Amino acid sequence: MADPGAGSWDGGLPCPPEEQELSQRLRRLYPAVNQAETPLPRSWSPKDKYNYIGLSQGNLRVHYKGHGKNHKDAASVRATHPIPAACGIYYFEVKIVSKGRDGYMGIGLSAQGVNMNRLPGWDKHSYGYHGDDGHSFCSSGTGQPYGPTFTTGDVIGCCVNLINNTCFYTKNGHSLGIAFTDLPSNLYPTVGLQTPGEIVDANFGQQPFVFDIEDYMREWRAKIQSTIKRFPVGDRLGEWQTMLQNMVSSYLVHHGYCSTATAFARVTDTTIQEEQISIKNRQRIQKLVLAGRVGEAIEATQQLYPGLLEHNPNLLFTLKCRQFVEMVNGTDSEVRCFSARSPKSQDSYPASPSLSPRHGSTNSHIHSAGVDSPSCSNGVTSTKSKQSHSKYPALTSSSSSSSSSSPSSVNYSESNSTDSTKSQQHSSTSNQETSDSEMEMEAEHYPNGVLENSTRIMNGTYKQEEILQTDESSMDSCPQRQLCGGNHAATERMIQFGRELQTLSEQLCREYGKNTMHKKMLQVGLCLQPELAHSRSRSELRAWRGVGAALVSAVVLGIMGHLQPAHKAVLFCVSPPPHLVPQPAARAALRLAAPGAACLAEGHTLVACEYLPVFCAAVCLTACVSSPSPGCLQLVGLLGPLELPRGAAAGSSSEGACVRCSQQCYIGVSEPAKAAPADAGPGPGL
Amino acid sequence: MACVLETPLRMSVLSEVTASSRHYVDRLFDPDPQKVLQGVMLLYLLQQETSSTELRTECAVVLGSLAMGTENNVKSLLDCHIIPILLQGLLSPELKFIEACLRCLRTIFTSPVTPEELLYTDAAVIPHLMALLSRSRYTQEYICQIFSHCCKLRHWHSCGFKSSPQPLLCANGPDHQTILFNHGAVQNIAHLLSSTSYKVRMQALKCFSVLAFENPQVSMTLVNVLVDGELLPQIFVKMLQRDKPIEMQLTSAKCLTYMCRAGAIRTDDNYIVLKTLPALVRMCSKERLLEERVEGAETLAYLIETDVELQRIASITDHLISMLSDYFKYPSSVSAITDIKRLDHDLKHAHELRQAAFKLYASLGANDEDIRKKIIETENMMDRIVNGLSESSIKVRLSAVRCLHSLSRSVQQLRTSFQDHAVWKPLMKVLQNAPDEVLVVASSTLCNLLLEFSPSKEPILESGAIELLCSLTQSENLALRVNGIWALMNMAFQAEQKIKADILRGLSTEQLFQLLSDSDVNVLMKTLGLLRNLLSTRPHIDQIMSTHGKQIMQAVTLILEGEHNIEVKEQTLCILANIADGTTAKELIMTNDDILQKIKYYMSHSNAKLQLAAMFCISNLIWNEEEGSQERQDKLRDIGIVDILHKLSQSSDPNLCDKAKTALQQYLA
Repeated sequence: MADPGAGSWDGGLPCPPEEQELSQRLRRLYPAVNQAETPLPRSWSPKDKYNYIGLSQGNLRVHYKGHGKNHKDAASVRATHPIPAACGIYYFEVKIVSKGRDGYMGIGLSAQGVNMNRLPGWDKHSYGYHGDDGHSFCSSGTGQPYGPTFTTGDVIGCCVNLINNTCFYTKNGHSLGIAFTDLPSNLYPTVGLQTPGEIVDANFGQQPFVFDIEDYMREWRAKIQSTIKRFPVGDRLGEWQTMLQNMVSSYLVHHGYCSTATAFARVTDTTIQEEQISIKNRQRIQKLVLAGRVGEAIEATQQLYPGLLEHNPNLLFTLKCRQFVEMVNGTDSEVRCFSARSPKSQDSYPASPSLSPRHGSTNSHIHSAGVDSPSCSNGVTSTKSKQSHSKYPALTSSSSSSSSSSPSSVNYSESNSTDSTKSQQHSSTSNQETSDSEMEMEAEHYPNGVLENSTRIMNGTYKQEEILQTDESSMDSCPQRQLCGGNHAATERMIQFGRELQTLSEQLCREYGKNTMHKKMLQVGLCLQPELAHSRSRSELRAWRGVGAALVSAVVLGIMGHLQPAHKAVLFCVSPPPHLVPQPAARAALRLAAPGAACLAEGHTLVACEYLPVFCAAVCLTACVSSPSPGCLQLVGLLGPLELPRGAAAGSSSEGACVRCSQQCYIGVSEPAKAAPADAGPGPGL
Repeated sequence: MACVLETPLRMSVLSEVTASSRHYVDRLFDPDPQKVLQGVMLLYLLQQETSSTELRTECAVVLGSLAMGTENNVKSLLDCHIIPILLQGLLSPELKFIEACLRCLRTIFTSPVTPEELLYTDAAVIPHLMALLSRSRYTQEYICQIFSHCCKLRHWHSCGFKSSPQPLLCANGPDHQTILFNHGAVQNIAHLLSSTSYKVRMQALKCFSVLAFENPQVSMTLVNVLVDGELLPQIFVKMLQRDKPIEMQLTSAKCLTYMCRAGAIRTDDNYIVLKTLPALVRMCSKERLLEERVEGAETLAYLIETDVELQRIASITDHLISMLSDYFKYPSSVSAITDIKRLDHDLKHAHELRQAAFKLYASLGANDEDIRKKIIETENMMDRIVNGLSESSIKVRLSAVRCLHSLSRSVQQLRTSFQDHAVWKPLMKVLQNAPDEVLVVASSTLCNLLLEFSPSKEPILESGAIELLCSLTQSENLALRVNGIWALMNMAFQAEQKIKADILRGLSTEQLFQLLSDSDVNVLMKTLGLLRNLLSTRPHIDQIMSTHGKQIMQAVTLILEGEHNIEVKEQTLCILANIADGTTAKELIMTNDDILQKIKYYMSHSNAKLQLAAMFCISNLIWNEEEGSQERQDKLRDIGIVDILHKLSQSSDPNLCDKAKTALQQYLA
């Protein structure tokens, strides 16, 4: 674990005193943030700004240098880094040096990629408080009355509470009350100016803040601690133990550490709620995503958890965008199959999900269809059931059989590429179309000017080989990378896919309103240079894992049914603010818990150390607070007789914990693992 | 003898039983004298020096348990003179016994039925208690608690202008503070703030909040007290930190508030602006208990009452104004159905919440027009005030009137929302038979509603306001007299003849003279103002002077001769000037040599204001176009006015100079 020291940030250069002061303050304010992994914002970004913005004084001073005729001349700048989730509570201040001509200044937050030719708050995923009218703008061109106006000499602060996802502003050290709720993650501090002469200075911790943010942080720390302390727990003996075991177990299950979970269940004599096969399935999907084989992942998801992506069209879109990127670099099966480079070709795997036959939503059918699937994969039996324009083509076309169960490799020749064989190609893979992709398909016929079967012919032209069984060697089997692996047909397929994606985006747009994130994602995909696609930059990788995590989370949610109202304590246990707890203590707690987790193989404990502070923290805290003695050690240790302090508690039912875990996992996974558990294969890029 | 030996055992059993069983405790004070005797027995045993310490301690414990019962229990114990007996017990060398006595005393003194005075009847008690403060954490806790309950009286401050945040001290309140202060309470209690026991710290803090309230002497001392190298205000601010228990935050905010209001801390001090005020606003938030919200709002209202800058800051902090509108949502409709207990709780606090919110609104809107606008724009604000005016709870009515008063200072609101909601109706109702404290604020509000640009003026007049206001001028209460005459003055401004006549009739000449000789300069000023307003426009002047001329001239002479300040004399000269503007009324001045001499005197007065006022008078008398001006000019020349005018036309004061020149021109024409 790298020390988040000042030096590490500056690449080891000696720091001037003010820089040291900044580093010290940041460390004190956000002790839980690992700045090597998730750097804190320290200045405005000279790259992430509109040209009407000028920066000076170490990129802390912002001035306006446009015409400032109307709102089209608005300009914003984002900080160098997004606010790390581990902050728990984040705060920065902006001093109005000059209000310029009209004082149209906006202070706030925005996600990466939000248009900079605007004031913060006007667009989706953008939030701002404006000086001229004192209104707050929550992703909308029209503001809400919020606070007083602000002008030259005022110091405006913006506090993001990542625990409850709210934001409030301060003016000259006075809190103005909640401005926004339900904020998304990964927002950047942002300021926007609109008329000449406007100058503002940022304080990301360079100087003491006017508002007493540390006092606010203290309040939340106390709040959470008291929630934990007051959390009701039955005083029957062993309940603590059960609870802790459930937490560990649900964590392991959630992350798919299947054999560890089994071993843990065996040792602790508990049962795992999810079936092993389901865990394995989820794991497989995750592996596919991580390996860049998004198309397969989508299909597997659709097959195994029908309806899931249907209910999450945005997730599906995200995945497809990713798939597109993967196509560009030649990893995704859609194009990879063209390259025929896989050493162990076992299966044909030709189609993107969008081209695959569609299904309604009846889950049982899919599974029953699985019976037919082995034969389908041979391309013989199912032809009769397939009709080219049927809205709901034969169930057989989508197979639930896992790839490993039908390992026979099938080559498709051109002769196979008829309407009917189309379904067979798919049948070997697990594929379940969602309603979204149905719509997409319909749209696809026209703008592209090609009929469905023409596409199929193209698909059918090539030999398609693919493996589905996860295999290390195959994952890393692209030694030299070119656009789509250098294959012309694959490139065409990619372009085709891109169009489909565009259509899907438009579709979503119609249904759910504008989504700039989507647009951005799409743009990223379209503009992606081959080189860029190859050398997966770190941030990209992270975003990438995010997609995987989101999928996994969604899967878990799908399995667990609706979110149960989890108790706050659990929320604390599994949601971000680890800084609220001393991390070493959390780790110590885990080590103490290790007897219970002794069954975890080497490395597991370590992984857990990285991810578990969240729930261990609660335990540890409670223990430390209520009885700082060997009794506490016993309490934390999962085994042994427990002396339970009344009224103190750490978590709740495994179900609640698990569901919450799924939210936490986004953060967990987005931080590259330090050590991979034995169950999960090592992620790519490590 | 056997009985006495047995007693300790029985006693300890009894104390347990009494603590747990209200039923038994109440039975002890059965109307049946036989049973009350048991309590008396305990007191007797406690008093016996010969009884063993254990026995006496147990007695005190049992009595303490009894005192925890109903108020009737406490009354019965008080009737048995329990307090002197327990105080006597404090002289014992045994700490355990002392603690038991103190605990019992604490319980008795915290009961609302116990008169605080009982603590102060014996002058030796307070010093002894101070000495006991060092004995143990229990003595510390109990004694502080006794002090903080015996430093105030449970009724409301009689002065209606103050929004007193809690039951207040009155006549003897400051005495208690002073007694405690003189016995070194500040020094003795200050170090308890660093006690390891939370209860001790808390009680010490409460003690300070009571001691500092409206007491500059105590407050000034507190500012400079050092505890462990830290000044008391610093310690209070530390106790304000957000992770401290709410009770502690609230009480230390009170201490700082009282110290600030008593002048010991400046209102622009960061301790107040950045710490105390935000903490109090937080106390008003939905997350707090209802009691805390009430106390928070009342204390905040008190803190910001007189400082416009603090009012501005409070108005933008954490959406306070809309946060306060939640105070009116109790009992909530949900609680009524789902939870009887909750409903009961809500109902109990509903009045308190409303009055606290009104009070805070009143303070917020006291000075700043923008804030007033924001308040009135809050959902249903005017309806809430109108409803509040007719609530059964006098506390709510009082603070609703206060709020209305505060908002009535806005010209815009008088013309708009006040008119739309016909607030004058409930206000006039409040004015009927209300206690003085309500009357004072209500009549102040009425003053504003009677301003000439207020559309409510007419309907108020029609509903018999004149009679009511005239009766107010006869009140014993000075504030009511001022408000009454003030309202009449406003009413008379540019009024029609009929209203003026009504006022004069309603007030009666005797009362008018009574007011002119009032000891209070405010009353005098407003009465003169009323006269001046009555004596405007020529027909009115002549009309009034024809009926009341003699008395008015008398009064004017009296005042001009009396020992009064410049403003009063100026006002009086202005009345003369008005009279001089009449047609027939002029003669009253011209025929009165005494008055003419006085005018002449004031023309050469050292004060320019008075000179100017006298000049107005002369100008009106010598104005050319009017009938008989020639004679008047001649007469005035004879008494030497023209010479003075010549002198004044050389004056360095441009106003005076102009006026004199204009007057001289009248002579030339």
